[in-house]
Amino acid sequence: MSDPQLIDLQEVAPAEVGEVDLYQRREKIYTRKIEGFYQRLRLFTGWPLLLGYFLLPWMTWDGRQAILFDLPARKFHILGLTFWPQDFPLLAFLLIISAFGLFAVTVFAGRIWCGYTCPQTVWTSIFMWLEQKTEGSRNQRIKIDKMPWSVEKATRKLAKHGSWLFVAFATGMTFVGYFYPIRSLSLELSTLSTGMWQAAWTLFFTLATYINAGWMREQVCKYMCPYARFQSVMFDQDTLIVSYDERRGEQRGSRKRSADYKAQGLGDCISCELCVQVCPTGIDIRDGLQYECIGCALCIDACNSVMDKMEYPRGLIGYTSEHQLQGGTTHWLRPRIIGYTVVLAIMVGIFSYTVASRIPVELTIIRDRNQLYLTTDNGDIENLYELHLLNMDKHPHDYLIQIDGIKGAAIVGDTTYSLEGGEVRTINLRVRISPEYLDKPSTALQFEAIAKDVPSLRAASESRFMRPL
Amino acid sequence: MTSFWSGWVIVLTAITLILTTWILVANRKREQRETERTTGHVYDGIEEFDNPLPAWWFWMFALTIVWGIGYLIVYPGMGNFPGVLGWTQINQHDREVAAADEQYRAMRDRYLALSIEEIADDPAVRKMGARMFGNNCAQCHGGDGRGSYGFPNLTDNDWIYGGTPEVIKATLVNGRQAAMPAWDSILRDKGIAEVTQYLLLLNGRTADTVQASEGEKHFATYCAACHGADGTGNPMLGSPNLTNGIWLYGGTPEQIAHSLRVGRNGVMPAFAETLSEDKIHILTAYVYGLKK
Repeated sequence: MSDPQLIDLQEVAPAEVGEVDLYQRREKIYTRKIEGFYQRLRLFTGWPLLLGYFLLPWMTWDGRQAILFDLPARKFHILGLTFWPQDFPLLAFLLIISAFGLFAVTVFAGRIWCGYTCPQTVWTSIFMWLEQKTEGSRNQRIKIDKMPWSVEKATRKLAKHGSWLFVAFATGMTFVGYFYPIRSLSLELSTLSTGMWQAAWTLFFTLATYINAGWMREQVCKYMCPYARFQSVMFDQDTLIVSYDERRGEQRGSRKRSADYKAQGLGDCISCELCVQVCPTGIDIRDGLQYECIGCALCIDACNSVMDKMEYPRGLIGYTSEHQLQGGTTHWLRPRIIGYTVVLAIMVGIFSYTVASRIPVELTIIRDRNQLYLTTDNGDIENLYELHLLNMDKHPHDYLIQIDGIKGAAIVGDTTYSLEGGEVRTINLRVRISPEYLDKPSTALQFEAIAKDVPSLRAASESRFMRPL
Repeated sequence: MTSFWSGWVIVLTAITLILTTWILVANRKREQRETERTTGHVYDGIEEFDNPLPAWWFWMFALTIVWGIGYLIVYPGMGNFPGVLGWTQINQHDREVAAADEQYRAMRDRYLALSIEEIADDPAVRKMGARMFGNNCAQCHGGDGRGSYGFPNLTDNDWIYGGTPEVIKATLVNGRQAAMPAWDSILRDKGIAEVTQYLLLLNGRTADTVQASEGEKHFATYCAACHGADGTGNPMLGSPNLTNGIWLYGGTPEQIAHSLRVGRNGVMPAFAETLSEDKIHILTAYVYGLKK
């Protein structure tokens, strides 16, 4: 089935007693290509996400890029909505919901995020596919790496890295395209007339993609990703894991297909090592649940294909749970999952309501810092305020400033201000009140800005009015 | 920093760097232990392997140490040593301000070529001017330019020194020094009360006519030289109009009497040193456009 000399990639140190380097060179992992049910499933989950990633920035909405995180202007456009820095709590809330959703999925089905949708896995798979196309199968790649430099080796290596860089560049440019209009970016890049920062970030994300998916691969999951490290607190006995059925597989060993292996005292595992060869993180799933396992199910497909050939039942390696492995059944409806689902539904509900009912106008007030109050010649008291009016709507509006809370309060000067769509205006406002209406040295005063054409577009804020003691 | 604390920082930084390097290198090798593959930590049935760290992690750590040394050579960090670049927060700020100045100079120069009247209503000028006014003028004249006690209202079309663009600009460039002497020693309480009544009468307010007629004589003797015989002031001298009901230091009889008694010294600082010519031009246009 395979060459046993090429299997032992797990050995970390020579057998003899001596000193060992604590900082170890990475053993390159040569993955074998495998097809099967779960790999087709991975294609179905991966393609829509990939297409979404690459095509979304090209969509337009209302004459501008549908999704654009405009950092210099500090405005995030997502379809019909524009988010301002003031909406930042929404982003934080969204990230919390996403993390919570990830935890909920993990309790239920283990690391399917890692195996099916994580960009690290998806891009690594693309790069492995390119590797397969340019350098050949697992054995061919091992052979190429061992052989001295030749024209063929150089050509194949060049083709591999060239194709990697191409995909990495497309990825990097698309990523930058979420922050800088992608139509101008692609045009500028093709004519080499792009600005310094756009070029630098495109280069950065190109290199990051190339290094991550081409060179770092499983090391990102093993050494850098925090999720791999704390997943153990979310797992329970009923969480879906990719596991080898030890009770059925052992005693493992090679045998003839026709042999009565049970009589020889052997289990169903034929020690073909295919599950090890296909593993992108280079582990042996038969050692049990390990934090390196990203749940990609490649070993399931590999083992099932062997079981089919041997005419044994499938599922020696499969999605299962610890309960099931111990001979019990998996409990799907568990308090943890129900709790997660309910809380998640509540959070999504609150978030959707908050976004839907958001009023795109904001008013903040700073009291003038120079004088607490002014006294006019006829004895009236004046206070100065600095109003910041944000018209976060796309359209221009005339805003009327109103004050309330103290009888006899009047605004000195203009009360109507025309703001362009997306304009922030600083308004210096003077309020005058006759002292007879001020029975306290400091009284609350409410300000409200109301769009004249859309009365529902309003924002209120409170400040204080001071008089002499 | 005194040389003791400078030395303290240098020694601490150097020791930290050396210790970090030593820890990294000293832990590089350990004896082979064939039997134990785990660290012995077990929690909840989860065992911790004693696996080596990746070599790139070692090299990244080494690189950060090298980077740190390079940083300490180039930038200030080792006590009082300023670094070979001579970088400071202040000179970085100065460079950024100079760069921004350069960036917007062309635009401001376009406005400088136009007259104040032409650009006073330009929306961009209003915006830039409002920013400059907020940073330089609002402390005294208020954010809305309507002034406060001792500082004139700039929106009411009453100008102490005159309201033409040239005069406003001259006020901004050179500043103003207003001085009214104290009349306490000359007029005494009686004379001050009489002049006060006369000033009230000039503004059409209720006044004691007997006192006011005495006050009129004092006014002709002492005040008319600057404020004019009719009290309408003289923009050339910066002496305010005393007949229009606008009082810089308050218009109650007590406040007027107080001004007479102690005198007044108004100061508007010169902005020639603070703001460049093009900025003063825009600020002038903004102030000129404030009056309705």
